[in-house]
Amino acid sequence: MTAIARELDPERRDVDVSTDASTARRPGRDLRGPGRSPRRSGYAKRTPGDWVVLVVAVLLGFFIAVPFLLILVNSFKSPADYNTSGPLTLPTEFYVDGIVAFWERVDFPEKLWNSVFISGLVAVFAVLISMLNAFALGIGRVKGRLWIVVVILLANMLPQEVLLYPLYFMFKQVGLYDSQWAVIIIFTVIQSAFGTYLLASVYSTFPKELLEAASLDGASRWQILWRVVYPISRPTLSVLLIFFFIWTWNEFLIPLTFLVSNGTQTVPVAITVLQGDRLMDVTTTSASALLGLIPTLVFFLIFQRTLTRGITAGAVK
Amino acid sequence: MSALDARAATTIEVTDAAGGRRGRARRNPGGPEEGLIPGARRGTYWLYLVPGLALLAVIVVVPLFWNIYLTFTSYRGIRPPEWIGLDNWVELMGDRVFWTSFGNSIAMILAMVIVPTLLGLLLAAMLFDLIGRKFGGRLASFLRATYYLPQILPAVIAAIVIGWILRPQNGALNQVLEGIGLGDLTRNWLGSPDTALPSLMVIMIWVQLGYPIVIFMAALQRVDPELYEAAELDGANWIQRFRAITVGMIRPEIFVVTLTCTIAALKVFGPVYALTGGGPGTSTIVPAYYAYSEFFQSQQVGYGATIATALTVVIAAVSVLFILAQHRMERKEEGR
Repeated sequence: MTAIARELDPERRDVDVSTDASTARRPGRDLRGPGRSPRRSGYAKRTPGDWVVLVVAVLLGFFIAVPFLLILVNSFKSPADYNTSGPLTLPTEFYVDGIVAFWERVDFPEKLWNSVFISGLVAVFAVLISMLNAFALGIGRVKGRLWIVVVILLANMLPQEVLLYPLYFMFKQVGLYDSQWAVIIIFTVIQSAFGTYLLASVYSTFPKELLEAASLDGASRWQILWRVVYPISRPTLSVLLIFFFIWTWNEFLIPLTFLVSNGTQTVPVAITVLQGDRLMDVTTTSASALLGLIPTLVFFLIFQRTLTRGITAGAVK
Repeated sequence: MSALDARAATTIEVTDAAGGRRGRARRNPGGPEEGLIPGARRGTYWLYLVPGLALLAVIVVVPLFWNIYLTFTSYRGIRPPEWIGLDNWVELMGDRVFWTSFGNSIAMILAMVIVPTLLGLLLAAMLFDLIGRKFGGRLASFLRATYYLPQILPAVIAAIVIGWILRPQNGALNQVLEGIGLGDLTRNWLGSPDTALPSLMVIMIWVQLGYPIVIFMAALQRVDPELYEAAELDGANWIQRFRAITVGMIRPEIFVVTLTCTIAALKVFGPVYALTGGGPGTSTIVPAYYAYSEFFQSQQVGYGATIATALTVVIAAVSVLFILAQHRMERKEEGR
């Protein structure tokens, strides 16, 4: 958690990385660091008030999780089953027609691929651009870098609506409207704005001795970037890569505007535009929500490990 | 658990990074005048900025100014824009739909900033200080992950999940209400003007709540547990400890959460598009959706651009105010 924060900012890396690394290796272990564990074994004096608080906290968790459970249960019901027994019971039979129907209707594999393609390329391009920018700003310390960073930050903060129509017009002119490349280019810029800001501050504390040593060995700047800066900052870069991927996956307004034909759409757009369609019965709609939430749940599970590895790798140095 | 908090940690990092940079600048005033690699001139570093800045110019800077230009025109997307001066702005100031949309933005701020931050503060302290200590960190982590669950979804999908429960005829909520004999309470939650906005607000609270909890719990790791014990020994009760230690120590994170969530609340679009389309009538319209519908449904591009620009101005003003307030607070703290 804070391990990531530390990882992204080397200045703080020396604070107490060991604590973070151990927590990161055993996720969900304890929130307060190792120093507390001996005392915890006591769990002394739990007052009735404590139990009340616990019940409230668990109930709240239950209410937050209920929508997920409802979607899961009802995606496997037939509409008739739903109408007779209601939303709260388990399905009487394992009914997958709703899911299959929606899967085929939106050509789900195609939408998945579109999302992976767009988010993947954006992540790679945006990390690359962030790295080049940050190299000049953080390590090169070019003149006027403060203003450049301010402009870049602004780009990240703007509501996308303010860029929407001019971009729509521009991409139409160059024939990239309804092309995934329009979305890829736009998000490369938006994500790299954030990446530049973050990475520039990381690079500005880059160990100077390493750069000097490489420079004395006759390495050019380009070589220093790829042989020294890139490998050392790789854990940070991979964390950025994952963020960019997930953030781009979750984007809606710009993909909705630019990807008008069915074959180019991303998962969230394809699922959203079919809501309220007359052919979507109650359990098919539930199935559509289920299909929409599965990929992000999966990423969450996969990337959790990658992130942890990135953090511990960074901590070892 | 780590990936869970990734976005949260990054957000915090932004302030840390900014603070770090300021700190360094003070420490070695001569430093910033040259790059970290000795020898060669600094000028050629500009080459590395060319791709990034060129893209930034084309995708952000040019469209931004173009959009501002469009606010002074009447433009329906077909014939070239026609200069009409301040007409759009004058119309905007008297446009009731526009003011309704900003009124709804306030509702969104209530649902996405105020309620989640206050509730999140309370829950984070509860999980950390009480449940984590008396029932074990594992349970606290598990509950935190549960609260965070809606945050990992794309906002539109999260909205669709709840929208499904609120379906008018056979939605789960209405079915349950009927089942327990409260049939009178069933209604078209997202389709009637009096319940559409509150329903949307509940959805946004559900989506947003996990974010402050995760950030605040991360921040609480900084707090020395001895502090709580000392306070407890001194006879401070839970509420006193909460106010004096918890809130005091994690104030920077509270700032970050309120700022990022306020911006997100002002920008909200996906859930409105997916669930209500701003309706019924204009009861759930928000500025982002209003601008979008002017662009692509009414084809009033100049007017849509004006709404979008007004929204940008509001967001910029809010950000500047927040950052100024944060600076003032930091300075006060340093002076102590």
